[in-house]
Amino acid sequence: MLNFPIYLDNHATTPMDPRVLDVMLPYFKESFGNAASRNHSFGWVAEEAVEKARKQLAGLIGATSKEIVFTSGATESNNLALKGVAEMYAQKGNHIITAATEHKAVLDTCKRLEKHGSRVTYLPVQTNGLVDLDMLRDAITDKTILVSIMYGNNEIGVVQSIAEIGSICRERGVLFHTDGVQAVGKIPVNVNTDNIDLMSFTAHKMYGPKGVGALYVRRKNPRVQLTAQMDGGGHERGMRSGTLNVPGIAGFGKAAELCQQLLPEEMLAHGALRDRLKEKLMAELDETYINGTMDSRLPHNLNISFAYVEGESLLMGINDIAVSSGSACTSATLEPSYVLKALGAGDDLAHSSIRFGIGRFTTQEEVDYTAGKVIEVVRKLRELSPLYEMVKEGIDLSKVQWAAH
Amino acid sequence: MAYSEKVLDHYNHPRNVGSLDKKDPSVGTGLVGAPECGDVMKLQIKVNPDTGIIEDARFKTFGCGSAIASSSLATEMLKGKTVDEALQIKNTEIVNELSLPPVKIHCSVLAEDAIKAAITDYKAKMEVPSVSPLQTA
Repeated sequence: MLNFPIYLDNHATTPMDPRVLDVMLPYFKESFGNAASRNHSFGWVAEEAVEKARKQLAGLIGATSKEIVFTSGATESNNLALKGVAEMYAQKGNHIITAATEHKAVLDTCKRLEKHGSRVTYLPVQTNGLVDLDMLRDAITDKTILVSIMYGNNEIGVVQSIAEIGSICRERGVLFHTDGVQAVGKIPVNVNTDNIDLMSFTAHKMYGPKGVGALYVRRKNPRVQLTAQMDGGGHERGMRSGTLNVPGIAGFGKAAELCQQLLPEEMLAHGALRDRLKEKLMAELDETYINGTMDSRLPHNLNISFAYVEGESLLMGINDIAVSSGSACTSATLEPSYVLKALGAGDDLAHSSIRFGIGRFTTQEEVDYTAGKVIEVVRKLRELSPLYEMVKEGIDLSKVQWAAH
Repeated sequence: MAYSEKVLDHYNHPRNVGSLDKKDPSVGTGLVGAPECGDVMKLQIKVNPDTGIIEDARFKTFGCGSAIASSSLATEMLKGKTVDEALQIKNTEIVNELSLPPVKIHCSVLAEDAIKAAITDYKAKMEVPSVSPLQTA
């Protein structure tokens, strides 16, 4: 039986796994201690929970416990990584390389750093969404201190060639940070084989709670140092002051453990559901385009543009399904998705895009219902679309003199 | 974002969807907006040449729900009006009728533009065909 609304927006956040909540509850109640309290059992119990979680997180990404710094979420982790490195390595250089399709938490941090004297290169991506590695090599100078390229993209799901990027950085003696928010727990991520020096990730994208994230900071070969961005009690080896969110951290740990256990089967299952959705949509609807390559992609991501249909109006028609769109109308800035624009496909396809994100609790029945509903509403909206009519009449829309407004 | 009941009603049951023969001299066609901006409206009127009354109006819109509702409402407002009365329609009437929030006011502006464009097209067709468009340009 279907339960409405159907949740297919698992890139925005994931529902909490009930097993995670169970682990968290005692730390809200009887085990309420401060993990920094060294002289009584309340503190010891809390500290034990934090250290267990640290191990669970480290286990998921192939790190050691001491390399995990807890934060409030991946936005903070990205800020700490970029600002912390820029400040710590200011003597060595001031150049940072990132990509146009990064999350705003990286891009806006870079913009801030530019105001304080950093020089930032924003690499364009290819039409498939991937960074050109030769372009990256050419961008590195003797002033480059950091490369920050995300693992899996939050909109189009493309997975960058992280191990190769990491190895290029290592050869050139440049630190490599990756925003691993969408990838960790979803595909195999290993900081050693992937040559990663710093990595941001967060609990709520992997069936854990909101408000807790982590930054992986490599301790040897090379040993990465950061200038703390928050002053206080010197928690987290001095890198991030602030009383630890013990229930959140305990939940994060459990979430990581579950992801590690379930990852192989979930990759296959989510990929199969995603492909089923894609095939149904593409079999029934013409002029439908996948954004970003299918060859290197998160298994649970589908980002698709239904030409001549505007995204927000499509969302309105499928309002019993929670998904998101790259359309301007659905964004706070009233600009279409900059990620889709960076692919060079044209703003019109960005306006027509829908992102589907399969999750742990998605069923095949939900996918089938979604496919049917989307097909029905796209057809209805194309009947309403002057663009679809013009194209069917043989008019080349690119040759029309539009009155832009 | 929550939509008003009236926007939902026009979205779910759009009025006067379709196309009129744009070669018919009594039909005026307005096409406004641009695909890269995320909204394009095509609005057509069919005018009785003897009375100047708009006897039919049709639309097709690529755009958000508010854009669809604005153009659907515009076709309802046009029917039965004379061309001159139609020129008096203001976007604020659409805003009020549909309870559009500030971020959606541009949808009503586009609908007003579409009405004006359709009337301009109709009037141009009514002019004596011997007048070269170059002279009026």
